[in-house]
Amino acid sequence: VKPVLHGYFRSSCSWRVRIAFALKGIEYDQVAVNLIKDGGQQLAVIQYIDETRPGPRLLPADPKARAQVRMISDLIASGIQPLQNLSVLQKIGVEKLPWAQHFINRGFQALEPILKQTAGKYCVGDEISMADICLIPQVYNAERFKVDVGQYPTIKRLNETLAEIEAFKLSHPSRQPDTPADLQA
Amino acid sequence: MATHTKPVLHGYFRSSCSWRVRIAFALKGIEYDQVAVNLIKDGGQQLTEQYKTLNPMQQVPAVEIDDITLSQSLAVIQYIDETRPGPRLLPADPKARAQVRMISDLIASGIQPLQNLSVLQKIGVEKLPWAQHFINRGFQALEPILKQTAGKYCVGDEISMADICLIPQVYNAERFKVDVGQYPTIKRLNETLAEIEAFKLSHPSRQPDTPADLQA
Repeated sequence: VKPVLHGYFRSSCSWRVRIAFALKGIEYDQVAVNLIKDGGQQLAVIQYIDETRPGPRLLPADPKARAQVRMISDLIASGIQPLQNLSVLQKIGVEKLPWAQHFINRGFQALEPILKQTAGKYCVGDEISMADICLIPQVYNAERFKVDVGQYPTIKRLNETLAEIEAFKLSHPSRQPDTPADLQA
Repeated sequence: MATHTKPVLHGYFRSSCSWRVRIAFALKGIEYDQVAVNLIKDGGQQLTEQYKTLNPMQQVPAVEIDDITLSQSLAVIQYIDETRPGPRLLPADPKARAQVRMISDLIASGIQPLQNLSVLQKIGVEKLPWAQHFINRGFQALEPILKQTAGKYCVGDEISMADICLIPQVYNAERFKVDVGQYPTIKRLNETLAEIEAFKLSHPSRQPDTPADLQA
């Protein structure tokens, strides 16, 4: 039975899972849910996929590197994304843009020096990992909220590298079954 | 696993994320040193340049262990579990392990960040309703999940990272005057876990930096 992803084309959490499936070459069905799920529970799904399916590792074998991947992933999934997702912005009321920018900038200001230390070709060393899977959707969100990602050269460089990878392209919000016509690639 | 120096936990007695790491160390029987980072004093010691080098996010905890420095409590806990002997903090079965992570993430991404100090400071006035809203929303989601997964503990009958995340979040809920009685499974699990030595030892009321008026 094929896995079924209940997601939303623009949800960064759904996108993370789509990337993971694409990297592992796993076919899956999509059920569009027109509400945005928040929180980082998708990291549990990604690690489950990694632990039960063959294909390229989504977390490194070395425990220290694996901890760094989780640290970066959690920084994004707990420290940035929940503070700028739809339900929180709705609760804020008026000042949505400054609020989102504040938390994204705060998170990226922390992430940049961490990535300067851990990154090789990708977020941690030279293998794609769950950290890269978390980074791309967060940069997409940053750009939607008009954050100048150029202030964060390592994040910018990694984003540009990963954007060229097939699994990341295929799973992009602009190319999903539920992508509205005006946002399609 | 050869280690020459004790791990160092930079944390705060009342920080739920620091408490999670304290529980994990206690469950594994690992000795460690604590360096108190007072989140209120001097405008917040987590905001110093010195602390920023340990954790650029300027939050607690940060853990120095085996010649690396880690932040994000769940990354620390899983690192400890993968490199130290002692009772497993995540189950061997992949599906159960996914459930443990899902519950932990629901708390660590879906509840705690929305009611932590820096967010409440940004909210300004209506702190209590805001915190209660997000804790209740999270517990409303968590209760049916736990009804399915829980045995004696959050997932089956072994203590796991999910239990480690639950206790500090219930403590926070009570601080924000959330009626945890509305969530019978959460309530029951909290009562069971509160009796366990590792959870007691690591409680905010019993830390080196606990103020006198809050000590057990």
